[in-house]
Amino acid sequence: MKIVVAIKQVPARDSLLKVSPSGTWIEDADLSYEINEPDAYALEAALQLKEKQGGEVVVLCAGPERAGQTIREALAKGADRAIHVETGEEGVTDPLALGRIMAKALGTEHPDLVLTGLQSDDLGFGQTGVILAELMGLPHGTLIMHVEPEGAGIRVKRELEDGWFQHVDMPLPALLTIQSGATRLRYATLMGIKKAKSKEVKRLSAADLAEPVEVAPATIRVERIYLPEKSKRSQVFDGPPKEAAAQLVEKLRFEARVI
Amino acid sequence: MSGILVVLEQGQGKLHKMALEALAAGQQFGAELGLPVFAAVPGHDVGALAQTLSEYKLDKIHAVSHPLLQDYTPDGYTAALRQLIEAHQPQFVVFPHTYQVRDFAPKLATALGRVLVSDVVGHRVDGAEGGKSLVAVRQLFQGKMNADVRFTGDAPHFLSVQAGAFRAEHVQGGVGVVETFTPELKAEQIRTKPLELFRESARAVDLGAAEIIVSVGRGIKEAENIAIVQKLADALGAELAASRPICDNGWLPMERQVGSSGQTVAPKMYMAVGISGAIQHLVGMKGSKVIVAINKDPEAPIFEVADYGIVGDLFQVVPALIDELAKARG
Repeated sequence: MKIVVAIKQVPARDSLLKVSPSGTWIEDADLSYEINEPDAYALEAALQLKEKQGGEVVVLCAGPERAGQTIREALAKGADRAIHVETGEEGVTDPLALGRIMAKALGTEHPDLVLTGLQSDDLGFGQTGVILAELMGLPHGTLIMHVEPEGAGIRVKRELEDGWFQHVDMPLPALLTIQSGATRLRYATLMGIKKAKSKEVKRLSAADLAEPVEVAPATIRVERIYLPEKSKRSQVFDGPPKEAAAQLVEKLRFEARVI
Repeated sequence: MSGILVVLEQGQGKLHKMALEALAAGQQFGAELGLPVFAAVPGHDVGALAQTLSEYKLDKIHAVSHPLLQDYTPDGYTAALRQLIEAHQPQFVVFPHTYQVRDFAPKLATALGRVLVSDVVGHRVDGAEGGKSLVAVRQLFQGKMNADVRFTGDAPHFLSVQAGAFRAEHVQGGVGVVETFTPELKAEQIRTKPLELFRESARAVDLGAAEIIVSVGRGIKEAENIAIVQKLADALGAELAASRPICDNGWLPMERQVGSSGQTVAPKMYMAVGISGAIQHLVGMKGSKVIVAINKDPEAPIFEVADYGIVGDLFQVVPALIDELAKARG
């Protein structure tokens, strides 16, 4: 089974974010970056499928040069090779434009299965997988907890709302977005890290793959980004822990009267 | 049609709990943009359900009915709604941001060469009379930033609204007329085969019944550290709950998870310890009467919904809080 896993590099989870002078993105110079956590689960699912079924895992990542580090980490965990679609520093922030670029980058790959995380921790559109499926003409399933072969296709376990699940059968090739929690993430081994150095990373340019504006004009535009306003007036204590704890208990007893 | 089409989700003959929130959003956009509002209910034999919507202020209710829409599939729903959109050409198509919408709406928008602006939390309308346009507000970076997004180019424009962003009780009453729309669908168009819905083993913990909940998130760092939050819960006589990552790691059972994929709770007090407050968590607890947040990051989105908060290292704050509670109890 040939599996493509789309992964993204995002600012590390604890990053303190500042709006850049352009007003439409964040200051990214001093940030540290890591694999988008939902994509780490997609990679894990791909590696486990390969261990069971045999085959190949190909990592697809669109991002600036620094994303090479995240790609190496995926190769160190066991992916066989990678396609790095190089973008400018901000990446491609329009999900449809990105989907078109990714579909084109996969032009001659013909995978049996394409896996993505269910959303990115930065833009959070939660759509890249479904968009890519539509552009590649593949059936898809989202929020997938488990995949197993079923006849010539697969049977997947989908998470629904309120604790419900559903099995869905579909033919291959197909695209799945993977939900977290069904498996534990692995760490790269020393051997894996060593091997990763010699694995193939094919580099493509996002600018070369992008549709010309006349053919596919953008349909949305981010005008500005900003810190959200607080919807509630919260009373926040930020003194020494003991003092803050005493103030909070006082409030909970005599103002909120919940204890 | 040239108006606003609100797509209402249903299952087993009942509207989804967020359907009316999307309808309220659509009506509000319609009022501000001066556009008529239409609803669509996809499914099989949905005429009776569509009829229940006739008490709302709607220009028309499309019962999008076909036997192949009996069970939800992304292929079936996309094909059916695409035909409705092409027949009536709405300017905006509004969805509730449900799991089902996340599954098919991006496909529908892509098929029509558009981007779905997902998870919208607010909006504004600007421009002069006759040239008004809608700006949608959505969250970035797990709720740490907001973005203003303008729709450019030709209609239709697609957006989905986040749970709780618009209030179902604001839906305006009136009269709507139901019209059946029968899409042309063939069985071979539908490539996925959905099977029965099921639940895993019954939940042993009913967080919904707890008066006080102490909930723990990523900030706890290690499984062994859960014990200190358990102690705090014991001191408060509270149930212990968690955000998804804690349960994903197996540090607490899934049945203690609060959020869109876990339980929805509204206790007298909800104390979030080391939880940043991503929307998936907030939707499960923001109805709580009193919300307390303990987090080291003063910009964490959890403080946006908190009534009280402590900014600090939970490993120092939680023991201090346990001491103070003991003192208060004398």
